[in-house]
Amino acid sequence: MLESYIKQRLQTKDILLMTHIVIGYPSFKESMQVVEQMVDAGVDMMELQIPFSEPMADGPVILKANQDALKKGARVNNCFKFAEDAVKKFKIPFLFMSYYNILFKYGVEKFAEKMAETGLKGAIVPDLPPEEGKDYAISMGKNHLSPIYIISPTTCDQRMTYLASKGSGFIYCVARKGVTGGQTEFSGGLEDYLKKCRRAVNLPLAVGFGVKNRADVEYLTGRADIAVIGSETIRIVNRDGSGAVGEFLKNLR
Amino acid sequence: MIKRGYYGNFGGAFLPEVLVATFDELEEQFNKIKNDPDFWQEYSSIMSTYSSRPTPLTFAENLTNYFGGAKIYIKREDLNHTGAHKANNVMGQGLLVKRMGKTRVIAETGAGQHGVATATMAAKFGFDCTIYMGEVDVKRQRPNVFWMEQMGAEVVPVTDGTMILKDAINESFRDWVTNMDTTHYVLGTACGPHPFPEMVSYFQSIIGKEARKQILEIEGKLPLRVFACVGGGSNAMGIFAGFPEKEVECVGVEAGGRGLDSGEHASRLCAEDASVGVAQGYKTYFLQDDDGQMKETHSIAAGLDYVGVSPILSQMHDQGRARFESATDKEVVEALKLTMTKEGIIPALESAHAFATAFKEAPRLSKDDIIIINQSGRGDKDIFTIADAIDDPEWKKFIIEKAREYNA
Repeated sequence: MLESYIKQRLQTKDILLMTHIVIGYPSFKESMQVVEQMVDAGVDMMELQIPFSEPMADGPVILKANQDALKKGARVNNCFKFAEDAVKKFKIPFLFMSYYNILFKYGVEKFAEKMAETGLKGAIVPDLPPEEGKDYAISMGKNHLSPIYIISPTTCDQRMTYLASKGSGFIYCVARKGVTGGQTEFSGGLEDYLKKCRRAVNLPLAVGFGVKNRADVEYLTGRADIAVIGSETIRIVNRDGSGAVGEFLKNLR
Repeated sequence: MIKRGYYGNFGGAFLPEVLVATFDELEEQFNKIKNDPDFWQEYSSIMSTYSSRPTPLTFAENLTNYFGGAKIYIKREDLNHTGAHKANNVMGQGLLVKRMGKTRVIAETGAGQHGVATATMAAKFGFDCTIYMGEVDVKRQRPNVFWMEQMGAEVVPVTDGTMILKDAINESFRDWVTNMDTTHYVLGTACGPHPFPEMVSYFQSIIGKEARKQILEIEGKLPLRVFACVGGGSNAMGIFAGFPEKEVECVGVEAGGRGLDSGEHASRLCAEDASVGVAQGYKTYFLQDDDGQMKETHSIAAGLDYVGVSPILSQMHDQGRARFESATDKEVVEALKLTMTKEGIIPALESAHAFATAFKEAPRLSKDDIIIINQSGRGDKDIFTIADAIDDPEWKKFIIEKAREYNA
């Protein structure tokens, strides 16, 4: 299971890295090359985002990648195929990230079955709070997949405990309010929030939203278990091409 | 947060975690005002002094004679301040914002009517104001952009996605998830996560309450049918709220665009093209493909050009409590022209959809029957679009001369 994998890895590493890609961006071929570089750079796990036309929680960088991938023909079926190829080729755990409508239209139960068959380990669905996702939780459980829930700085203590009780694998703490890809100060202000998360949550903690360099990862070391790199690798692909991602990741820890 | 805000299978609150606390607070405040009789008093009072409520119910005598069928009445939401029913919702939410102690409002807008209404409310109550508007709509509704800016609002053109209403809604949510401490998102229609569908319908119900009282005063009986255009569905929810009994048939008219067969329309309930999905925080019928990706929509009326529809109307549709029809761009322009020449009334292109369908049905009804058309807004904001549709040579000449002046 995902949680034991994470705990095992943490015995030899101070902090794990989880990266993110949008499937089909800039193209299917290139996104697989990016995955390969990420794995070679020692990334511990990865989110594969199935693009959606209305990615409400994403900032401009990932939003544009979603739109471009759709324009270039990303479909749910070829995203599953992509995930299948990645899982076969690389030994790290892969998760799906997408918005609820993608699962809903596919059929939540069928989607979970297909995820398990593909060899994925879990999913992050940012617009599906547990209150709305009872069917999802059941289907994920049945297929031994981890539903990853999100905690934000606006989440009260009681709700943190509730979310932790619903999740499995790990809990994703967003470092600040807002959408993906914005600026985050990894300094004093985060301290209390992360301590609060740690107290309320009995699962490994991932922290994302604005993690973009070695200093950020260093700050999170000891305070969280997993640093999540999202928009920054897409920015690097946009600026320096998909070949530049590996070098960037190798210098993060 | 509890699972809430369902209308049958539709509605809900599919929220990113960061907004859960904000929605909890909003719902709590809304429940307070709903149960506070003083609030409705304060609300009606501001609507009668700042806007022109109650708006008249006009007997359209010439149209009635022209069609020779049912008696046609028009509920004049165009006579609200800022020229549309949008003011009802916006002033209500504005009072709520004051109670919550927030200092900034944001809103999406399609036709620009909701943006203009929000900008006036913000000016009156002293709030900072940002309006998100798809770039396509910025281009087709320039006069409204002008007025929003004059009233001190910042108008941000949205260049993502299809660059229309739904994209403006996404962008508003993106702003809100960052600034919820100071900011309230004044959602313009009876869509989105709970409590918006209920709350917006609650404020808009003032239309139906008045119309019911007025028709009973004038005619001493209820209408046979009530017609309203349906974009998100707030003006329809507003007038339908006044006529809950089965004897009154509620007819919602969606944008037929270039025809339902063309695929270029925004008919979610009366066309076969839509299916149930979850986006923008709620579950309803969406125009989407098999993967759940939202489709491009089309309508001559920016305010109806939307992929989703109020979850409350979706339930009414499935339960057969309302009938849904569509009117094409062409039919709408014809209905508009007829209303102008027969009654001297200029409906907005959105509202003209309700007129077009009412005109199809009125001749087949008896002279004892009564129908009410909700004129949700006035059409002078659409002067550029209507002038193009009518292809008026004198108007074109005027614009060309004006352009020459600016270039000089």
